[in-house]
Amino acid sequence: MQKVYPFFLEAAWTTVLLSVLTAVLGLICGTLGAAARLSRFALLRFFGAVYVSVIRGTPALIQLFILYFGGPQIGIQLDAFEAGVIGLGVNAGAYMTETIRGAIISIDKGQREASRTLGLSQWQTMYKVILPQSARLMVRPLGVNINALIKATALVAAISVVELTYTAQRYIGSTYKPFEMFLLAGVLYMIIIYVTGRGIAWLDRKVQIT
Amino acid sequence: MGLDFSVIPKYLDIILLGCAWTIGITLAAAILSFVGGIFFAVTALYAPWLIRQPFRLIEWLFMGTPLLLQLFLIYFGLVQIGIDLPAFVAGIIGLGLHFSVYNSELIQTAILSVDKGQMEAARTLGLSRTEALRKVVVPQAVRAVIPPIGNNMIALLKDSALVSVIGVSELTLSAQRAIGATYRPFEFYLLAAACYYVINLAMEWMQRKIERRISISR
Amino acid sequence: MTDQPNFVEIRHAQKSFGTLEVLKDISLSVERGQIVGIIGSSGSGKSTLLRAINDLDPLTGGEVWLDGVQVNQTLSHRQYEKHINQMRQQVGMVFQHFNLFPHMTARENVTMAPKMLKGLSQGEADKLAQEQLDKVGMLERIDYYPSQLSGGQKQRVAIARALAMQPKLMLFDEATSALDPELVDEVNQVMRKLAEEHMTMIIVTHEMDFAASVCDRVLFMDQGVVVEEGPPSILFKNPTQPRTREFLRKHLEAAM
Repeated sequence: MQKVYPFFLEAAWTTVLLSVLTAVLGLICGTLGAAARLSRFALLRFFGAVYVSVIRGTPALIQLFILYFGGPQIGIQLDAFEAGVIGLGVNAGAYMTETIRGAIISIDKGQREASRTLGLSQWQTMYKVILPQSARLMVRPLGVNINALIKATALVAAISVVELTYTAQRYIGSTYKPFEMFLLAGVLYMIIIYVTGRGIAWLDRKVQIT
Repeated sequence: MGLDFSVIPKYLDIILLGCAWTIGITLAAAILSFVGGIFFAVTALYAPWLIRQPFRLIEWLFMGTPLLLQLFLIYFGLVQIGIDLPAFVAGIIGLGLHFSVYNSELIQTAILSVDKGQMEAARTLGLSRTEALRKVVVPQAVRAVIPPIGNNMIALLKDSALVSVIGVSELTLSAQRAIGATYRPFEFYLLAAACYYVINLAMEWMQRKIERRISISR
Repeated sequence: MTDQPNFVEIRHAQKSFGTLEVLKDISLSVERGQIVGIIGSSGSGKSTLLRAINDLDPLTGGEVWLDGVQVNQTLSHRQYEKHINQMRQQVGMVFQHFNLFPHMTARENVTMAPKMLKGLSQGEADKLAQEQLDKVGMLERIDYYPSQLSGGQKQRVAIARALAMQPKLMLFDEATSALDPELVDEVNQVMRKLAEEHMTMIIVTHEMDFAASVCDRVLFMDQGVVVEEGPPSILFKNPTQPRTREFLRKHLEAAM
């Protein structure tokens, strides 16, 4: 049993790395997606809506497979880790798009009106009035997105990235101790999720103060 | 290598069979997760402290770890303790349990939000606590909870792709089989994605219809 | 139309949402320093008319002029944005629900726009905030957040915020309708003070007494048209139109 610990710890580190990179890419995609969905250009709104609908309407696993196994056919060569980060990041971005958009449109329209009547432009209004308020509403639901994303990193086990789930599966196969291996990986996942959750809660308190 | 979609028709029957399996597994797991969700919720709210604890542990484990890991545990774990189930049964159990926990969260909130007066009214009519729960409180909670559970079921459809990893021949694995024969991953995974998307749209459509019906009887 | 437009001039204003006509060919002019009240039941179009003046609810037909410049011009998006922001800087607006920025203190609410749009330094902005908040009697609450203020206090800060842009014209959209009765007076007093300083104001209100005592002229609107207008002494005491009489009678009964 002790022999497997180092492998699990290393795998946990890979999972952390995957989660962080995926979250960053997800936030970027989510911000762009929300901007597109709220754009005044119909074409951008359309692309934003298609992005959200297609990504949320199909399994993340299939998206990963298309990117990793199908990518080379259209000239995209990625190693498994890269494909994992990009696939999961783009996937998380679709969910984050809706979170961010929801937080923005939930701000009372009187706020926009008050700002515009003072003579502020659309962009100034967004930047000074709307975003600071919606940022507070976003932290918690984005935390939920990130929690889901950490668990979704397990999917890259299916394209052979050596992270926690892959490692657990490998040692379940070789040790015939499914419960122990599950618990070991499970505890590590829960630590990662717990620490992230505390971080989100801290951030949430921080932005709520005023 | 380029793309060539002309290989698809030859394998269309395999893919369609995969679709049927995916729909069947999703449906079975959905029913299991619904019943399981009610069971977990009622246990969490009303069972004695000692009985609640193991269930809390299960919920905690299932919410804090990835579904794929849970599927591995159930598939290999059941074999370990001498229960050799076909992969698709293990898959249905895994998906069903996983979503039971998520449904339970929703149902608990819904039960708590059912007016306290309803329980009191039922009790004054002479119903026992269990009867009042079964006949009055739970049916009302179930109505309130159907729309969000619909979202969980759509998530369940997409997560059903994961059971391909433990060897269940549903849509994703069918696509993989076709790819094994043709070396055309892009085409077949895209086809599988399209199938999932269509099933997903159908589920969203049904969800809207059901929501409209419930909103009348509330 | 060759005649010189008045300070504020609305010509043949029309507004419809789909088939519903909210404003039906309304014309109105206001001279510099004048105070005009608009009364009428809800749905009469009075708020829509007010909000058309700074193009918050753009008209579907007609023109709005302010100080010789047409407000609702048809321009390319970019040009329109530039033009309308310029126009709106000259028009202060006070809303029924205050619409203070909840993430900013009273000081920040007042100084944000002048700092961003007029390039005021922090020092100048602070001085401005003190002046304006003092004027509305809110100086001692300068560093409070809106959530720490009562409705009347919020509305006074909102007025200070609008005044800080040194507008030529102030629009009040039922500024006291959302307030508890005991808080109405403190806001009315601020508006009276502005009247004494000869600020040009257009006031949509439910308060007949206030309109009677402050306004130079009052319009009664019903179903998208101006039914009757005149000095308050005449409109409130001897209305000529049956609809005006009906409205005032109902309003009086409701107040009793």
